[in-house]
Amino acid sequence: MSLEKITCITGQAIHVPGDDIDTDRIIPARFMKCVTFDGLGEYLFYDVRHDGEGNRTDHALNDPQFSNASIMLSGMNFGCGSSREHAPQSLYRAGFRAIIAGNFAEIFFGNSINLGMPCVTVNEPDRMKLAEMIENDPQHEVKIDLINNLILIGDASYAFEIREGARESLINGKWDPIDELLGNGSKIENVASLLSYS
Amino acid sequence: MEKLNLFQKVWRNHTVGTLENGQTQLFVGRHLIHEVTSPQAFGMLKEKGLPVRYPERTFATVDHIVPTDEISEPYSDPLADAMIKELRRNCEETGITFFDVSSGMQGIVHVVGPEQGLTQPGMTIACGDSHTSTHGAFGAIAFGVGTSQVRDLLATQTLALSPLKVRRIEVNGSLPPGVYAKDVILHIIRKLGVNGGTGFAYEYAGEVFDNFSMEERMTACNMSIEGGARVGYVNPDAKTFEYLHGRPYCPKGSDWDTAINTWESLASDVGCDYDDVVFLNASEISPTVTWGINPAQAISVEENIPDPSQLFGSEASSATEALEYMKLQAGSPVKGTPIDVAFIGSCTNGRLSDLEEVATRLNGRKVREGVKAIVVPGSQIVSQLAEQKGLDSIFKSAGFEWRRAGCSMCLAMNPDKLLGDQLCASSSNRNFKGRQGSPTGRTMLMSPLMVAAAAISGEIADSREIFPS
Ligand code: SF4
Repeated sequence: MSLEKITCITGQAIHVPGDDIDTDRIIPARFMKCVTFDGLGEYLFYDVRHDGEGNRTDHALNDPQFSNASIMLSGMNFGCGSSREHAPQSLYRAGFRAIIAGNFAEIFFGNSINLGMPCVTVNEPDRMKLAEMIENDPQHEVKIDLINNLILIGDASYAFEIREGARESLINGKWDPIDELLGNGSKIENVASLLSYS
Repeated sequence: MEKLNLFQKVWRNHTVGTLENGQTQLFVGRHLIHEVTSPQAFGMLKEKGLPVRYPERTFATVDHIVPTDEISEPYSDPLADAMIKELRRNCEETGITFFDVSSGMQGIVHVVGPEQGLTQPGMTIACGDSHTSTHGAFGAIAFGVGTSQVRDLLATQTLALSPLKVRRIEVNGSLPPGVYAKDVILHIIRKLGVNGGTGFAYEYAGEVFDNFSMEERMTACNMSIEGGARVGYVNPDAKTFEYLHGRPYCPKGSDWDTAINTWESLASDVGCDYDDVVFLNASEISPTVTWGINPAQAISVEENIPDPSQLFGSEASSATEALEYMKLQAGSPVKGTPIDVAFIGSCTNGRLSDLEEVATRLNGRKVREGVKAIVVPGSQIVSQLAEQKGLDSIFKSAGFEWRRAGCSMCLAMNPDKLLGDQLCASSSNRNFKGRQGSPTGRTMLMSPLMVAAAAISGEIADSREIFPS
């Protein structure tokens, strides 16, 4: 199966400020009572998007100006906490295709790349500039160019970082490793047979 | 001979090859699954028409959604009921061993693995759960994975991974009285930060870890992920072997002796290299409680709640956000903070020694009126052993509810939840906003004995004062 080569993500962006945004915040555990990932997009950031009575708050994700956003901008240590793939799945199913942050929790990063959703790291001054531009004009088109490691917005461009192996798997359409893993069946058996335990 | 640390040796033994993107294809010897993060993986497998390649290497249990006050099915929550049935069906169809509720061996996956002897030194262990680091207490390389990776494991028993760097954390000296493994790991996280461990495996060592029991090592390794480290481990030693001896899934007879030789050879070599080494002093650690919304926002029970105006940058803004959410007063003593709920349990502190430590110290003290206090054993076996020792009656007569095994109020996917902005003194591992089931619920993390001290006092208290030794 050949996967899409993800070289460039283009779309509107939304700023969700804060450091250490954890996976419980991204998708509260009570919405994980499901046997498929379908429908998770609806519960993205549910508890900050709703007050105690279930009314919508003034969170940016409730702002119609950002309803088409496909790129999320946030702070440090994004996606920390649990290993639940429900978190990147809910972002993906809510229409997000890339995340920009100060850095990412490791398991979240890996889970996102496996979905073909790039997570790119930008330094704080540039994140602040990006946030300002997005907030001043939500219609701004943001382009994440994975060939040149640049974020383009208006006339400005900002460098980002992403682990090289992850970048390569995205641009080469190899972000889901299952076929390559399956292809090494005999090598797998060999390693299994050499282990001291079964 | 080349000197290697345990991580490097285990990684090498399990390497299948290098993938096109430079990642390692790593064989995972043990795969543990539970009801929340596996059903979608089985679904993906079916969609692709793939079989489970090594069903004998995967073991299942049910923990997150099980009610702790009733065990008869169907559960009153139809979603939870569907999840347990789905797991049961997937295991039956694929030949995976399932420690079901009726087996007497069900429990939190990170309690069950070691208890059954499924967790052994030198293994690679993965589970769709970030607290899989717990199993590192045995000198295994154990880590949490996402659901797509659960699929990869079911289909190939391998993962695409990048190697980690290794940071050795040595804690030397002796711990002051009343200071537990929980305080040690909270202290480590406070010192190194919630993302200080990103990209690292933590190797815990030093006198404190040498002296720790296996259950204490598990408590510490469990919370590695709260410090950002996906893997945390302790080198195997005589205590490790003693704990494992005779467990159902451990080698027997002459295989046992061979296994010990192998395990000993996997410990980090004296003089091997680390990417980083940190030294901490045990005498600086006190009974610790969290005051904020991430586990690094922790202080000694003797300290005052931090004042954001005395902090800088993002630490200051996080503290402001945390205090607002927690409804706590900057600068006031953390001691005396009123609590509504006390929870003893979870994969961090729901083992027999945790319950024993509390029960033997209660000494006729009673839970303060108005406080809901629950004890949830980590597994059915923990529960059974505790009951044999009469711990359940001690807890009950002190006013605690004695529940059945499961994750319970650690993340509240079952009916055990905080209501409104209730504040919970909790022996679990995460104090994130909304973690314990109410979007405005508040969590303060601490050792089980500190939870008991809070339950008795109705407020955060110093366990050394409540339970003088
Ligand atoms: S006890 Fe808590 S942290 Fe541990 S596995 Fe269950 S939910 Fe996760």
